[in-house]
Amino acid sequence: MIILLVLTVISIIASLYASFIYAPTELVMGDIQRIFYFHMGTVWVATVAFTTVFIASIMFLKSGKRKWDILALSSAEIGVLFITLTIITGSIWAKPIWGTWWTWDPQLTTTFILWILYIVYLILRSVAGDNVKQARFAAVFSIIAFIDLPLVYISARLKRGISPVVFGPGGGGIESKMLITMLITFLACTLLFIILLKQRILYEKIKDNLRLLKSRAI
Amino acid sequence: MISVNNLQKTYGVISALKGLHFEISKGEFVLIFGPNGAGKSTLLKILSTILAPTEGEVYIDDINIYKNSHEIRSRIGFVSHEPFLYENLSALENLVFFAGLYNVDNPLNKAKEILETLQLDARENELVRNYSRGMKQRVALARALIHEPDILYLDEPFSGLDLLGTSIITNILKNLKAQGKTILMSTHSFDDCADLAHRILLLINGEIAFMTSDVNKDHFKQKYLELVSINN
Amino acid sequence: MKTIISIVRKDFISEFRSRDMFISMFTFSLIIIFVFNLVLDLTSNIKNIVSPAVLWITFLFSGSIGLSRSYSLEKESEAIKGLLLAPVDRSLIYMGKFFSNLIFLLIIEIITIPIFIILFNYDFSIKIIEIMLVIFLGTIGFSSVGTLFSAISLNTRLREVLLPILYFPIIIPVLLNAVRITRSLLSGESLSSNSSSLQVLIAFDIIFLSAGILLYEYVIEES
Repeated sequence: MIILLVLTVISIIASLYASFIYAPTELVMGDIQRIFYFHMGTVWVATVAFTTVFIASIMFLKSGKRKWDILALSSAEIGVLFITLTIITGSIWAKPIWGTWWTWDPQLTTTFILWILYIVYLILRSVAGDNVKQARFAAVFSIIAFIDLPLVYISARLKRGISPVVFGPGGGGIESKMLITMLITFLACTLLFIILLKQRILYEKIKDNLRLLKSRAI
Repeated sequence: MISVNNLQKTYGVISALKGLHFEISKGEFVLIFGPNGAGKSTLLKILSTILAPTEGEVYIDDINIYKNSHEIRSRIGFVSHEPFLYENLSALENLVFFAGLYNVDNPLNKAKEILETLQLDARENELVRNYSRGMKQRVALARALIHEPDILYLDEPFSGLDLLGTSIITNILKNLKAQGKTILMSTHSFDDCADLAHRILLLINGEIAFMTSDVNKDHFKQKYLELVSINN
Repeated sequence: MKTIISIVRKDFISEFRSRDMFISMFTFSLIIIFVFNLVLDLTSNIKNIVSPAVLWITFLFSGSIGLSRSYSLEKESEAIKGLLLAPVDRSLIYMGKFFSNLIFLLIIEIITIPIFIILFNYDFSIKIIEIMLVIFLGTIGFSSVGTLFSAISLNTRLREVLLPILYFPIIIPVLLNAVRITRSLLSGESLSSNSSSLQVLIAFDIIFLSAGILLYEYVIEES
């Protein structure tokens, strides 16, 4: 745990250094493009997190084991946090570049629906009553939500689309320094995700233990 | 014969049933007695296959009830304190519907026959919504008996019934017992039906405190109070 | 198959007897269409863009009332447990509820259309078969997800209130594509010019019907 924590801190510092100082300034967009490293980092974590929720939910329905439910819940909460950051960083980037905070292009539409769906997932958990029901309903919903997303994306694309060109000073592919920065940021975000996930799972287990002790006390 | 082997049910971290072992022979009337929250309902739901246990097995005549749930369900009747009926349908329509689900031959005749034996035929076309609690409970019994099960589970069937309702249901149960049905009934008030029982199973905190064939009320009450006061 | 039919028949007897659902769904549809018509004050050039959306949003809103209502009949007196006790596959219960919801929604939609035609001044007759096909496909999507989610929402503390929150975001692909196809049909284009939207609609129906069949047991079973 300590090693993981140290590695995370180091990689975060490295990614801050890389994205603000080491990486060259993008020619067309200027400094604002630097926020894209975090934007991509957070969207990557959100993707991993929601895929984890999907798999853990299927495993939970198949096995009924509490550990899968804990994994799904923990991962969903972190996923919501990161997708929120994705939307915020994206908007900050979009304002000077596109001249608007928000537009309904396919990626943004899908991201927005994704964000809503997993907030609904958390609401569902909080209103579903007892543990088992909560876990079952949430698992069913998250499976439906996950398979809905590709359809949302296709539907939004059928509507219209503008895709951002993010990298490439002067239009020649991704420059190697930018690529390195990107990879460092991905690493930092992934490590942060793992650490948060571990903590969240631990917290849920402690809550379970507390419940158990309380029930014995009665 | 019903045999229950190491039956456990946990909700998250809380255990509702902690490893039950018991057997019930064919034609026996067993009363499950216990305070609220002892796990009586959970036990009956598991026995009737609508709830999966966390651990353990239940066999009816050496058939695993979860692996052959369809076969077992057509042998089980279940009455709860909720009637499990459609309020917007008449008693007859309800019974015909449920009879169809159990693949009963000639559902309409069968439904009429059962309503007649339970003396409900006079009002069979009225909506269940307009019935009194006692009437609903009788229709619920009819629903549970429509496929002629040889095993009947009753989960607090008397809750909310008046004296008349209680005595009608008690009489029906007496008949069913005479017909040789295996009956398992949970209750939290000992006075209902105690004299019908062959055996009493006392469930406290998800465990069998004891099982006795001494169905004398005073003996049981004394034993029960002793046990509960030790536990507290 | 027998089980599915008997569930549908039971739902129909039950619904036609009280008629509350039909009356409230239909009145609700009327109100939405009236309100939109009144508030939007449509001039002809944006009418073709807006009114198909109004039509589908009306279907969506009044449909979600019907879906809640249909499952609340099962929860009253816990009748659903009677179904669960019977030797019946849970997927058949889902199919039964799916078909009765589908038929209810279609009935409401079909009686809503004339009012829409009158108020928004449309001529449906040229494309009536195509439009009915789109409505049919869209409603399969509504019912497949709605049958599953109405069971979830009525088993929670929030009951009916939760359904739109669960249901609306998931149904967006149906809404987007159905509106797009309806719009292009109403402006005189052929169905084949919308083949990709149509494909998404059909894909949605197939995917979520299968998902419903597989997942329904986890929603209605005791836990």
